[in-house]
Amino acid sequence: MEQDTIAAISTAVSNSGIGIIRISGKDAVAVADRVYRSKNGKKHLSDQPTHTIHYGYIVDGGETVDEVLVMLMRGPKSFTAEDTVEVNCHGGVYAMKRVLDAVLKNGARPAEPGEFTKRAFLNGRIDLSQAESVMDVIQAKNEYALKSSLQQLKGAVRTTVEELRSRILYQTAFIESALDDPEHISLDGYPKRLAEEVGQLQEKLSELIASSENGRILKEGIRTVILGKPNAGKSSLLNALVGEERAIVTDIAGTTRDALEETIAFQGITLNLIDTAGIRETEDVVEKIGVGRAIEKAEEADLILCVFDAARPLDENDREILKVIGGKQAILLLNKTDLAAALSEEELRAMTGGSYPIVQISAKEQTGLSVLTEQIRALFYQGEISVQDELYITNARQKRALQDAAEGLQRVQESILLGMPEDFYSIDLLAAYEALGTITGETVGEDLVNEIFSRFCMGK
Amino acid sequence: MSKVEEFVDIVVVGAGHAGCEAALACARMGMETVMFTVSVDSIALMPCNPNIGGSSKGHLVREIDALGGEMGKNIDRTFIQSKMLNQSKGPAVHSLRAQADKSDYSRSMRMVLERTEHLSIRQMEVTELIVEHGVLTGVRTYSGAIYHCKAAILCTGTYLKARCIYGDVSVHTGPNGLQAANYLTDSLKENGVKMYRFKTGTPARIAKKSIDFSKMEEQKGDVRIVPFSFTTDPESIQKEQVSCWLTYTNEETHKIIRENLDRSPLYSGMIEGTGPRYCPSIEDKVVRFADKNRHQVFIEPEGIHTDEMYIGGMSSSLPEDVQIAMYRSVPGLEHAQIVRNAYAIEYDCIDARNLALSLEFKKISGLFSAGQFNGSSGYEEAAAQGLIAGINAARKVQGKEPLILDRSEAYIGVLIDDLVTKENREPYRMMTSRAEYRLLLRQDNADLRLTKKGYEVGLISEEWYQKLLKKEQEIEAETKRVEATHIGANAKVQACLAKHGSTSLKTSASLAELIRRPELSYEALAEIDEERPHLPADVCEEVNINIKYAGYLERQMKQVEQFRKMERKKIPADLDYEAVPSLRTEARQKLSQYRPESIGQASRLAGVSPADVSVLLVYLASTGHRGENEQNER
Repeated sequence: MEQDTIAAISTAVSNSGIGIIRISGKDAVAVADRVYRSKNGKKHLSDQPTHTIHYGYIVDGGETVDEVLVMLMRGPKSFTAEDTVEVNCHGGVYAMKRVLDAVLKNGARPAEPGEFTKRAFLNGRIDLSQAESVMDVIQAKNEYALKSSLQQLKGAVRTTVEELRSRILYQTAFIESALDDPEHISLDGYPKRLAEEVGQLQEKLSELIASSENGRILKEGIRTVILGKPNAGKSSLLNALVGEERAIVTDIAGTTRDALEETIAFQGITLNLIDTAGIRETEDVVEKIGVGRAIEKAEEADLILCVFDAARPLDENDREILKVIGGKQAILLLNKTDLAAALSEEELRAMTGGSYPIVQISAKEQTGLSVLTEQIRALFYQGEISVQDELYITNARQKRALQDAAEGLQRVQESILLGMPEDFYSIDLLAAYEALGTITGETVGEDLVNEIFSRFCMGK
Repeated sequence: MSKVEEFVDIVVVGAGHAGCEAALACARMGMETVMFTVSVDSIALMPCNPNIGGSSKGHLVREIDALGGEMGKNIDRTFIQSKMLNQSKGPAVHSLRAQADKSDYSRSMRMVLERTEHLSIRQMEVTELIVEHGVLTGVRTYSGAIYHCKAAILCTGTYLKARCIYGDVSVHTGPNGLQAANYLTDSLKENGVKMYRFKTGTPARIAKKSIDFSKMEEQKGDVRIVPFSFTTDPESIQKEQVSCWLTYTNEETHKIIRENLDRSPLYSGMIEGTGPRYCPSIEDKVVRFADKNRHQVFIEPEGIHTDEMYIGGMSSSLPEDVQIAMYRSVPGLEHAQIVRNAYAIEYDCIDARNLALSLEFKKISGLFSAGQFNGSSGYEEAAAQGLIAGINAARKVQGKEPLILDRSEAYIGVLIDDLVTKENREPYRMMTSRAEYRLLLRQDNADLRLTKKGYEVGLISEEWYQKLLKKEQEIEAETKRVEATHIGANAKVQACLAKHGSTSLKTSASLAELIRRPELSYEALAEIDEERPHLPADVCEEVNINIKYAGYLERQMKQVEQFRKMERKKIPADLDYEAVPSLRTEARQKLSQYRPESIGQASRLAGVSPADVSVLLVYLASTGHRGENEQNER
């Protein structure tokens, strides 16, 4: 089966250091060769026998990105039954992203959710009896990918993407209505106007691309919200987490939201804390920001850490919080276990019907944190469907979509410069529109036809 | 009392543009065919605008012609003005439109039908379908006669339970006061077909002698007339043309309309049908585009044997007195004498998602349908479906696979795929923006795309097919030659370049490189291309386009490859979607309801996500359809 070449990070993303970039498809070896340099610079992967391991470096535009081991597996003896190259990186999350970027720049495209598994199956590598679970994986990963894409795009970026789309659609509809009804709508002098408009769109798009390259739009890690009533110990928990092993990785005044976000890596787990500013400044999400806000944050989260004060009995605030986390992935933390107990683990379990794991900690004494990390691992890394790797690839897919859109607009400019007829512009405009739509999960459908009819008075 | 009982191969119900093409295709393919109409005098009637073609509709006519249909030839015989639209734009959107002499068009088509072997015409209303165990076996007429048949094609246009309305006047007739067909709907419902109600409209016709043309702009036809049909010799149709005229509505017109909106049956709720957005009535335009202070009005002759003029742009269902006031507010129409009132018409149609891509009902074997009955609008859209339904009904009787054109092969493919796949809330009109591969689907290459298929089904003569093969060879050879020919930077070349405002050459260049310059063309380089063979104009045109737009064409061809991969993956018609795990509920519902024929078609169904498509692929592979798909490759 002849397929194009795809790539993704294929291990669960963590800061533990080692990760694998998998490349699969008919050009996998060629793509790898373009980014791989052996120690003496003379080795070509394409000359090497299958199922061999090679030491060397990944380079991107002359710059060495990481020191790696590369595994070469020619089809059909590989996971997907296609030619496959796996790059073992050592330099942590940042290096992995750089390696993936380099591979994507050199002829691979970001894999769709569940695509490796799908290919493996379609190529006969996975037993027919597993078809059902393969389908589950595809559906679950897609849902997760779309959800995370949309969540990562909240706020200003999403608004920008939507604005770009609507402006592109308007221009396309204008051209198309003139083509459909040339006696009603004239395109005299239009190319010049379009060039200006597209110029503005290109500027906005380059800003988006630049910020995606700085990693400012999209964040990886388990999106985590800490909830708890006043003085339950949210700040101490945060400090305990931050203080552990590696410190804060990034600290970015949000381009995507008005609040502050922090990415924390500890014991090989990356947590992306949502709205920690709120927690820090007000010390209470539920009361001061309001339950509505807490619900909103909880909606966005992959994980909710609920802090309960073991030294005080359960009250209204606690019950409010338990309502908010209903049905979500949450861990209940019984804090202040160093003090005399007024709330027991049994009581909390009885309250929640045992639906959430409970961990006893003392943020102050820094006890119980390793149990917490084990719990998080259990939830996110050992589940039957590991969706964590989708986060990185979502980022790569979005970036590719932005680049595709930019390429489309560039082609419009070239067509205008070359004096091509107007109908050529709308083809590339629509391609840009479609590319941006993949970010927000929207297809073109009847958008264009609807826009034509609603904006322009057509016909007899 | 004994009733008439006849045995035929195929019954065609309706003699509009869909019915004519369907009946001709069947008869020409050797089927004993009977075509029913409520009035023989209204065969191939043009009850609305007096023209054929226009943007993207012109493409349909070319494609019909390339497959062996009649519409192109008939308009070439009967046009009174012709224009190639969008000539300043790219070749993909050039589109031919001709004003017809309506009565000639109708008469000429009738003559063709009457003289066709195996085809008989019967003036009679078909009232009932005879269906046994999901298979159509015949039809019954109003007179009680039974026509046993192997297939039937419904082309009822706007006649089913038709009602014409303006103001508070409502008459139960088809267009032009013709008899409506009131029984077939019930028969369809009895057979489980859900009926919908669509609406469309037409403007008034005004007597020519009451119009002051001095207040209007004249719109002439092209100096050089291009025929619709590939078989028409261009020299044979260069003739004297009549003019159309352009005028505009004004604030006064809009005021009259606004003040009487409450008397419009559309706004009072008297009309329930869904009207088309692309063909709005003048009152719709005034309401929806309130900021526009004028709208164009085209005055077009209905023919050369009549002085009736069609008032394009001002269709309406306002009361008679408002119509008179409104038309008379337009410059040049101050003394207008209305011959026929404007009116809206409502009629029954189906949700075409009941149909397979062959235009056969999924649940009634042997029953096909085409045209406005399927929820489309326009003469050309109807004719295109009629032709395909006719071909496929005949092929069904012959025991052959249906002819299905996909979205990358023809506008006809786009039209039918849209109709049978997408939800359609208004009469569907062809538009160039609907064709995603339109650079490849040009009106100039319709024969290259489709004539081979027309030949295979038996609608294209051997002689014509040989001509096509020759044309193909000439294009290929000449394209290669032009790409391989290099010319030096000599004085003659530089002079030619200078003449066309093109920068001079520093070193030698291929002819192809020069043709790609915007200011140059294949034609422009004739004088410096010394070995150029003498070739027909249509061959030169193809060579020019192939070379000039090569980059764009290649890009679309790559997209088409991807597209076809998905189209080739067929889905078994009896697939039990309940047994497919992991489909989202909405997708499961849509898929089981509309039963797409391929993975590609499934992906275009609203409510089916890319993940659902992946799941479906995996499921098909797991149930042993893995290898089978490849056999369906063409």
